[in-house]
Amino acid sequence: MTIEIKMPALSPTMTEGRLSRWLVAIGDEVRSGDVIAEIETDKATMEVEAIDEGKIGALHVESGQDNVQVGVVIATLLEEGETDLSAAPSAPAASEETASNQDLAAIPATAEPVASAAAVIAPVLAPILAEPDWTGPTKTMTVREALRDAMAEEMRKDDRVFVMGEEVAEYQGAYKVTQGLLDEFSDKRVIDTPITEHGFAGLGVGAAFGELRPIVEFMTFNFSMQAIDQIINSAAKTLYMSGGQMGCPIVFRGPNGAASRVAAQHSQCFASWYAHCPGLKVVSPWSAADAKGLLKAAIRDPNPVIFLENEVMYGQSFEVPDHDDWVVPIGKAKVLREGSDVTISAFSIMVGRALEAAEQLAAEGINAEVIDLRTIRPLDTETLLTSVRKTNRFVSCEEGFPFAGIGAELAMQVMDGAFDYLDAPVERVAGEDVPMPYAANLEKLALPQVDTIVAAAKRACFREGGL
Amino acid sequence: MARAKSAPQKSAKKPGRPPKSVKASAVNDRPAHSDMLQMYYDMVLIRRFEEKAGQLYGMGEIGGFCHLYIGQEAVVVGMQSVAEDIDSIVTSYRDHGHMLACGMDAGGVMAELTGRADGYSKGKGGSMHMFSREKNFYGGHGIVAAQVPIGAGLAFAHKYKGDGGVNMAYLGDGAVNQGQVYETFNMAALWELPVIFVIENNQYAMGTAVPRAAAGTDLCDRGKAYGIPGMQVDGMDVLAVRTAAEQALAHCRSGKGPFILEMKTYRYRGHSMSDPAKYRTRDEVDAMRKQHDPIDQLRDLLLREGADEAELKALDTKAKSIVSEATDFALESPLPDPSALYTDILIEDIA
Repeated sequence: MTIEIKMPALSPTMTEGRLSRWLVAIGDEVRSGDVIAEIETDKATMEVEAIDEGKIGALHVESGQDNVQVGVVIATLLEEGETDLSAAPSAPAASEETASNQDLAAIPATAEPVASAAAVIAPVLAPILAEPDWTGPTKTMTVREALRDAMAEEMRKDDRVFVMGEEVAEYQGAYKVTQGLLDEFSDKRVIDTPITEHGFAGLGVGAAFGELRPIVEFMTFNFSMQAIDQIINSAAKTLYMSGGQMGCPIVFRGPNGAASRVAAQHSQCFASWYAHCPGLKVVSPWSAADAKGLLKAAIRDPNPVIFLENEVMYGQSFEVPDHDDWVVPIGKAKVLREGSDVTISAFSIMVGRALEAAEQLAAEGINAEVIDLRTIRPLDTETLLTSVRKTNRFVSCEEGFPFAGIGAELAMQVMDGAFDYLDAPVERVAGEDVPMPYAANLEKLALPQVDTIVAAAKRACFREGGL
Repeated sequence: MARAKSAPQKSAKKPGRPPKSVKASAVNDRPAHSDMLQMYYDMVLIRRFEEKAGQLYGMGEIGGFCHLYIGQEAVVVGMQSVAEDIDSIVTSYRDHGHMLACGMDAGGVMAELTGRADGYSKGKGGSMHMFSREKNFYGGHGIVAAQVPIGAGLAFAHKYKGDGGVNMAYLGDGAVNQGQVYETFNMAALWELPVIFVIENNQYAMGTAVPRAAAGTDLCDRGKAYGIPGMQVDGMDVLAVRTAAEQALAHCRSGKGPFILEMKTYRYRGHSMSDPAKYRTRDEVDAMRKQHDPIDQLRDLLLREGADEAELKALDTKAKSIVSEATDFALESPLPDPSALYTDILIEDIA
């Protein structure tokens, strides 16, 4: 019986990759542990090892092929005595369910940052022009590239800007967001730190007091809890405590929220934690255009800015204005879709789900307005309230915990500024009030999905199906 | 803000001065007479200032926490006596002495203690949180040891900018048991940052004596694992402090990375004004005062070597008068305007 070797997922969020080259040819005998191919993911180039023994019967993907979907059969292995070299591969895994349940035929030889056999539940969206106001040329780029370009452009403009964090330099970024920066800016300005979040966050704050412009990367924001004293007590409060003398122009950035199958300690949204504190700005973009424009604004901002990214979004492509001074102001939400029946607000990855929900709602005759908050603090209450006064109904979406979350604040803001306009109670869509579980089915249950938003919007509109 | 003038004028400092010998007290290694008088005056000013702060606390003019520096004056005065203007300083919440030694105005500091609009932080920081960009004084930090990585960050900025400056990050014997200190030692050594970690070992972290909290009580050795040289210094002897400071500054300025100075010192008062200090005997405190007082030691030395008693008396009087003026200034300064509640949270104008 032939054995199918499938395109492996080499990170929790990998959906596709480039098969850089085969290291075996048809007819080669392979043993368990032999390196058979190199695969380039969105984060790194990795070696794929054979798990089973046998003879290579067929290679279904050529060396150098891009965009090979996770789960697609890339080779066929013949067991002893088999000779059929024309064994056809089974159909590529098309659905997410199939992909996430597949048996992996190979494991990565290197396991950092986080090697998981899981495939990803990621919304597949066509590139969206996130800035309709922009009439100039655009180019397609991923959120990852947009963030990198934002840093590179600001570093070219301002010698005081430097980036530090774990694996940002020689490794090229745990999630490749800082790829190429070391080569261009040298190890003076792109600095690998020891694993020492509290220390390097505090060191960054001191450098900002010393009139530099640090960008401090947390490999994920989960690790910022180690450093939160320096972020809150030193970065956020010192301007006030110094009577306005001691500004702290620093950006703390990195992936926030759930990635995929990394469980409770690595899957948490910190938007409400940081938005709670005066003295900080908190930004959490969705599109690549906003990621770029807002990160540039954050780097230029004279205040400490918490910049919450999302690992699942890094590989998603959007149209981005083709301009090296594309800056999006902090503190401005954006209406991504105009509607008249209900206002849906979201930020970061939830924006994509909110837009999908709006599509489904439209099919059922509900015309939803979707607002991408983009900045959590200072909150653009103007845009929010203007919309709610028009639609008279409001659904807040976030991935984080519900209790004392962003939705709770938005509900208060809407009550404060648009109470008389409301025709229905405010609806809150949020993650479940549980530590993030590992099991795929439980994880999915813990995270708000498109259907959750659709149901909440229907409740707000008093429509059937809004349970 | 009324800026009191300090007297006498400090001797001119030249950047890049070569290090002096480590031996402190040989007569021919002595600092210039004017420097000695300056150090004497600086210590007396801090002493008188802190006594007045304690008094104002008792009168209810100063609130909250108020940590006095009395007894430890030689540490910061000795360090500052050889620091350059470009050097930066950061310390913990026991910070009044450091601010005065940096040349910050006594009136501005006292007005901050009384929570008035003319205080260094406009009355919004208080005893533990004051800053002066002009004097390169970066606080005044209320969280034990938080100032240590910040100091390394300031040193990082000195090195990045190539301005030749050194940061002096002061921490107490309590702070040395915080994890972020070792995170900072590691990075400072790894990146050869120009920072002196000045451990002010006053022997009690609030009420806990060093041997009760520290496994290994030679705190100067705490950087050994990182290859950071450390030196134990009689922190009650301002000349010993000055000599050690010269050596440490020269080390840092020459690009050799961080240095640790453990200053063996003593605070006469409680940890803060509300501390009855039951964890030590009155005799212990009296013995330190009588035998090791930094001001008396220097005064005796100056007189032995022929200083004019009247000259010292004039400095004493001057310090008293500065503190008196500062107190008047602090008590006459208005409370912050209610509108100040909502200012200085964020910098609004984006360059």
